Amino acid sequence: MLELDAIRIRQDQFTLTAGFTVAPGQRVAVIGPSGAGKSTLLSLIAGFLAPDGGRIRWNGTDITDLAPGKRPLSIVFQDQNLFPHLSVAANVGLGLRPDLRLSRAEQASVQSALERVGLSGLEMRRPAALSGGQQSRVALARVLLRARPLILLDEPFAALGPALKAEMLDLVAGIAGENRAAVLMVSHDPADARRFAPDTVLVAEGTAHAPQPTAALLDAPPPALAAYLGQ
Amino acid sequence: MAAGRSSLPAPAMAAGAALATILVLALTLGTLGAVFHRAGGAGGFVPSDWHALRFTVSQAAISAVLSLLLAVPVARALARRRFAGRKLLVTLLGAPFILPVIVAVMGILAVFGRSGLLNDGLAWAGFQRVSIYGFSGVVLANVFFNLPLAIRLILQGWQDIPAERFRVAESLGFRSGDIARHLERPMLWSRAPGVLVTIFLICLTSFAVALTLGGGPKATTVELAIYQAFRHEFDLGRAASLASLQFGICALATLAAARFTWASGIGTGLDRPVIRQDAAGLGARTRDAALLVLASLFLLAPLAAILIAGLPRLSSLPATVWQSALRSLAVALTATAATTALALPLALASAWRVLGRIPGRIPGRIPDIVAALPLASSSLIIGTGLFLMFQPFVRPGDIALPVTVAVNATMALPFAYRALAPAARALEADYGRLAASLDLRGTARLRHLTLPRLARPLGFAAGLTAALSMGDLGVVILFADDGSTTLPLQIYRLMGAYRMEDAAGAAVLLLGLSLGLFWLFDRGGRGDA
Repeated sequence: MLELDAIRIRQDQFTLTAGFTVAPGQRVAVIGPSGAGKSTLLSLIAGFLAPDGGRIRWNGTDITDLAPGKRPLSIVFQDQNLFPHLSVAANVGLGLRPDLRLSRAEQASVQSALERVGLSGLEMRRPAALSGGQQSRVALARVLLRARPLILLDEPFAALGPALKAEMLDLVAGIAGENRAAVLMVSHDPADARRFAPDTVLVAEGTAHAPQPTAALLDAPPPALAAYLGQ
Repeated sequence: MAAGRSSLPAPAMAAGAALATILVLALTLGTLGAVFHRAGGAGGFVPSDWHALRFTVSQAAISAVLSLLLAVPVARALARRRFAGRKLLVTLLGAPFILPVIVAVMGILAVFGRSGLLNDGLAWAGFQRVSIYGFSGVVLANVFFNLPLAIRLILQGWQDIPAERFRVAESLGFRSGDIARHLERPMLWSRAPGVLVTIFLICLTSFAVALTLGGGPKATTVELAIYQAFRHEFDLGRAASLASLQFGICALATLAAARFTWASGIGTGLDRPVIRQDAAGLGARTRDAALLVLASLFLLAPLAAILIAGLPRLSSLPATVWQSALRSLAVALTATAATTALALPLALASAWRVLGRIPGRIPGRIPDIVAALPLASSSLIIGTGLFLMFQPFVRPGDIALPVTVAVNATMALPFAYRALAPAARALEADYGRLAASLDLRGTARLRHLTLPRLARPLGFAAGLTAALSMGDLGVVILFADDGSTTLPLQIYRLMGAYRMEDAAGAAVLLLGLSLGLFWLFDRGGRGDA
């Protein structure tokens, strides 16, 4: 279980507070106006930013001071998820061993992860030789392989078309299900939230609110969200 | 303030950056201190020292102004003309930076010297022969080296004027004079100070030019006076006070230059001419063509003269030349390894602040400052200081090559750092978070991320260092005996013995080795990427 305990961060004129928990296997959308702090929230959980106050715990263990790579999570960014000079297989293999000294068994699991996301035969390609959708699949294959109990998605599919995006969300749902992982997904699109996440964290006016049922929130949005949604 | 944790460095890299900082400080400020310490404080100045100071400053100032004035019309012609070979010409303009000074000096002498082409022409036409030794020769060589740099920097200025502005000007019916007034002159005013101070700084430390073309009481630079005080009189007190003088003027000029972007003018894409209707007239076209031909002749004729004189001699060079060539190769390769080992951790350290705790504050600027320190130093001071540190234990000839390596590695650092730092910052900005999230650290990060992503600037920096070191005729002349003569020094000695044909052959060899080293490293970096 992820626990944000009285988290507080200030950056220039901007402040964000958060205090809530996310249960194992829970799928949560993170929505809110631009600049409200959705990405900041994910950066705090991932460890790229340190909070000014409060603690972050995982299953009761304090992870606030843990380096990003040591945290029990995988994160997929909006872009730059792959190293352009490394092959598809190496990009996925990094998720298992950063020094890329993969054993036979590890190579086989890289292979099967790529199969699982539908990229067999493209192992030796460079990312530049892949389509946008395929690049997302490589990143997801790595998430699958790392099998961490928490997955953070910082709008990784924003550049994909609607059909492809839906496909990716289904893939994420499948991967999260296999690993019984919780997912926090930043999105600009209420339809994504409805489709993917039973619960939603609303980030607005300096606060990341506790997860609440997505459908109810979107059907009767509070004023800040309503303005953002254009309702 | 929130802290960005991803930017915290790995301990090994932090140690590397700290070690590089200490080494650079020791080599620049430490050596200056050693000279002072041994001299028991600064000796007094004598009148000739003030003359050397005046000469140093005035030759640098006049060279800078002349380079700038000549560069403006040539850069304008390049900016607005499209012709076959334009790209090649722009590339060639980058070459003097890695051209060994001694080779260029020989070429200049072959064209402008007492028995050169120009004087032969003058004599044939019934005029007196003119001598280019002294002030005019030093300025001529400085302009030869820095005119191309000035042209490239100003050409960059022209290309930084958005093409839309020229289109607006055209639609408003601007004539050439209007364009000059509203678009070109403001650009020139903004660029000129940076170009001037950059060239001024380069000319302050052009020891090899002063050594070969200057000399005598009337044409002695401060560095040349350090050399004479050390080599001929072994007057350490005088060398120390001259060293402080040199450090003072270089530090002042570096501080002034730091206010401008002293872009090296190498390696950037300058192959996009702006087509302009206002300059389509026959007169303007003829003038531009004539300027480009003259500038090319000025820059290429000396090199052509050396190639013509030296190529036939290449096969019959004395064995000592080949031995010194091997020695120079070893020096260049060692210096390249050393500079890379200094520049890489400093460049990576400069990236920490991108996501770091103290964006833009002084601690984040430390790598920039450290890497710029050698610009304010003089290779003669570093060499003298190192010699004094080790003098009780060794003979000068024994440490000539190690000292040369250390000096070359230090002096090339600012340029290597400039090539690496922007790429290191971009690397951290683009992939720092991804690497942190995957726990990519230490040697794994170096091997799978840093080196592959920085291969190109690393290759370029290494090539630059290798070429600069290969062609350097500086501190080695203080200590070298027969067993430690480098190729540039060998050429200098051949010239001094009036064995001009052997000297020309050796110059061709040096030219080939310098450009070849640059090409190999630069190429290697591109291949790996």
